[in-house]
Amino acid sequence: MTQTDKHADIDSHTGMHTTGHEWDGIKELNTPLPRWWVNILYATIVWAFFYCIAYPAIPLIQSFTPGVLGWSSRQGVNDDLAKLRERRAPIVAALSKASLQEIEQNPQLRTFAIAQGKAAFGDNCAPCHGAGGGGSKGYPNLNDDDWLWGGSLDQIAATINHGARSDDDQTHAGMMPAFGRDGMLKPKEISDVADYVRSLSGLTQPAGVDLKAGAKIFADNCASCHGEKGQGNLELGAPNLTDAIWLYGSDKDVIVDGLKNGRGGVMPAWAGRLDATTIKALTVYVHTLGGGR
Amino acid sequence: MWLGELSLLILSIACVFGFLIVAARAYTPEYAFHAYLFAAASLATAFGVFARYQNRDAAAAPQEVSGKPNYNYGPIKFGSAAAVVWGIAGFAVGCIIAFQLAFPWLNFDLPWTSFGRLRPLHTSAVIFAFGGNVLISTSFYVVQRTCRARLAGDLSPWFVILGYNLFIVIAGTGYLLGITQAKEYAEPEWYADLWLTIVWVVYLLVFLATIIKRKEPHIYVANWFYLAFIATIAVLHLCNNAAIPISLFSSKSYIVWTGVQDAMIQWWYGHNAVGFFLTAGFLAIMYYFVPKRAERPVYSYRLSIIHFWALIFMYIWAGPHHLHYTALPDWAQTVGMVFSIMLWMPSWGGMINGLMTLSGAWDKLRTDPVLRMIVVSLAFYGMSTFEGPMMSIKVVNSLSHYTDWTIGHVHSGALGWVGYVSFGALYCMVPWIWNRSKLYSLRLVEWHFWLSTIGIVLYITSMWVAGILQGLMWRAYTSLGFLEFSFIETVEAMHPYYIIRALGGVLYLSGAVIMAWNLYKTIVAPETEPEALGQPAFAAAE
Repeated sequence: MTQTDKHADIDSHTGMHTTGHEWDGIKELNTPLPRWWVNILYATIVWAFFYCIAYPAIPLIQSFTPGVLGWSSRQGVNDDLAKLRERRAPIVAALSKASLQEIEQNPQLRTFAIAQGKAAFGDNCAPCHGAGGGGSKGYPNLNDDDWLWGGSLDQIAATINHGARSDDDQTHAGMMPAFGRDGMLKPKEISDVADYVRSLSGLTQPAGVDLKAGAKIFADNCASCHGEKGQGNLELGAPNLTDAIWLYGSDKDVIVDGLKNGRGGVMPAWAGRLDATTIKALTVYVHTLGGGR
Repeated sequence: MWLGELSLLILSIACVFGFLIVAARAYTPEYAFHAYLFAAASLATAFGVFARYQNRDAAAAPQEVSGKPNYNYGPIKFGSAAAVVWGIAGFAVGCIIAFQLAFPWLNFDLPWTSFGRLRPLHTSAVIFAFGGNVLISTSFYVVQRTCRARLAGDLSPWFVILGYNLFIVIAGTGYLLGITQAKEYAEPEWYADLWLTIVWVVYLLVFLATIIKRKEPHIYVANWFYLAFIATIAVLHLCNNAAIPISLFSSKSYIVWTGVQDAMIQWWYGHNAVGFFLTAGFLAIMYYFVPKRAERPVYSYRLSIIHFWALIFMYIWAGPHHLHYTALPDWAQTVGMVFSIMLWMPSWGGMINGLMTLSGAWDKLRTDPVLRMIVVSLAFYGMSTFEGPMMSIKVVNSLSHYTDWTIGHVHSGALGWVGYVSFGALYCMVPWIWNRSKLYSLRLVEWHFWLSTIGIVLYITSMWVAGILQGLMWRAYTSLGFLEFSFIETVEAMHPYYIIRALGGVLYLSGAVIMAWNLYKTIVAPETEPEALGQPAFAAAE
């Protein structure tokens, strides 16, 4: 292994001794360790030594050495959260005391509520309603001014607090019956009333559609919830059928499917999941989205 | 019939019946399918052993033929071919899941094609199926050549390579059918783990026995690395997969570790799978194929010995850096971090030794794309072993953790280091073991090299940008003290980078397909004159 090994020879290119061994034609030079390599290795070891003195590092029987800096990751999180709370504290206090209407009147509170509401919306509401509140099939678009359960601040707050068709006692409960599946309407009747419903918002109809039959069925079965003219009913969450806004789509197949199997999308009740101040902030934020009433 | 043949024959016939009973009583059809697979494999083993017995010479294969070692290349040929096939499968699945991340409809709403099942299929296919076959076949080659001894055992080398690939099939089909114990890089359930344990112990014995009967006075450095890899993987595998099955007739089991201890064991395993499977094992490949291909002596014996011991001592402590800022106690996080930092130079020792071995042969990089591939692999190795310690520093980790930066880091190591050194080794070894004077085409190697290099660059740069962007968006606060972005907005921001990443993957896959064609044409080319036997026929570029 040493340079005096009797088999050791000298590599002509580098002028370095080999170790004197050969494996399948491979030889090894006896080059010393690169100095910079050794120095950096030592430096990292020295650094590690001091780091272990400064920070929690060595396990003991019951606990571990805390490190002379006294830092811990739990304390770090608590400090950060405390700092954040302190920064928001005065305005959060004002927000929690103020009514929705007071918040709406006070520009400073309103700006803060919208900022908090936007963040809370992104974390809690965006999965269904979309990051910008644009909604998707079956999940209402919050950017338009078509409100299923009302668009005033109090109505929005009620919807967020108690949800729709959720397990909350005060939840919004109305739902579209399954006219076809439950045998209330025959397929031909469903088809006729679907044509009629499409006509309410002015959609073009194929030739030869008999809207009169549909109108009669509508008056007998649908008008009690959706209103005689199909303008909807906020109390029951019955959508306005005349505004060309479609929760599930305007294709006849989709409407027939709704008539046949009913509709009843669920929104969870957020009271209890989110604190009251956050719900207030969410209410103000959602109210700004689609021209709240 | 020899004792070994007879016992394997009896054992495999017994297994056929045993597995059929398990299949008949299995709780789920998926598990029954695996029992049938095991039964079929046992039956094939019985037939294979018997057919071999009837056709072989009465005497055992000689250790030496006319004074030269009679090397056993059969299992190596199988392993190299399997590596290429699994590699392409693994890269292809990687491309699919990369596109799924950019375009979620590609999940097709089917359980079998969902990202959750395909992702472990990708990671296991590239790490264990591709990487594992490269490691086993090169280790069988290198240990024979550097010990000047025929591989130990008669049936056992075949048992290792075939048994390992059976494990791959069980694991891979299991993922698609939804069988998983949900431990990253250790997803296969208890019975697949048991089977791998048997195969791995035989692997260790074959390797050790070959070293013991070596004709060289000293053990070559590549073999230290191979041995460290085989031994440590055995320990890691056993500890992390300690599980109690709910029944012999069910695939389901429960891990004995719980909570944060389970997380710690998992990442002790996970990180050392990187350290000992993907680093130590492939450094062994580097230590044989670089000096061999460059036809130069290894740069420094002293460096090899120091960095070997430093590497294996320090790597084993670094796992907790995967659990920074979690429920893991602070002291363990510190240990993980400081050992990761100290690991920087030991890791680089391998790169220095590889690169400096080229001194006196740098001109070959111009003409030999195979050597260039291996050298570039060392550059990627150096880059990712610098990036790794840096990412283990807590303040850096608080930005990088859970982001795509980690994915980029892993792939600069996986595509650049592990992939390239494996391709280089296969390009060298395939002509040698099939006794061909050279590769079919070096121009195709050039194509492979450049396509996949561009692919890697696209992959890692897009993931760096994506990861850092993600990390910064997650921590951005508005002036009023609220998070600036919702999570879904950060997902939307990733879209263009996910497309670039997927395209990089496609380039990498195309390079591998070119390699497969090139190696196939090399194998079917006419054999070199017999007098070349016993010496590696250099496929160098000149």
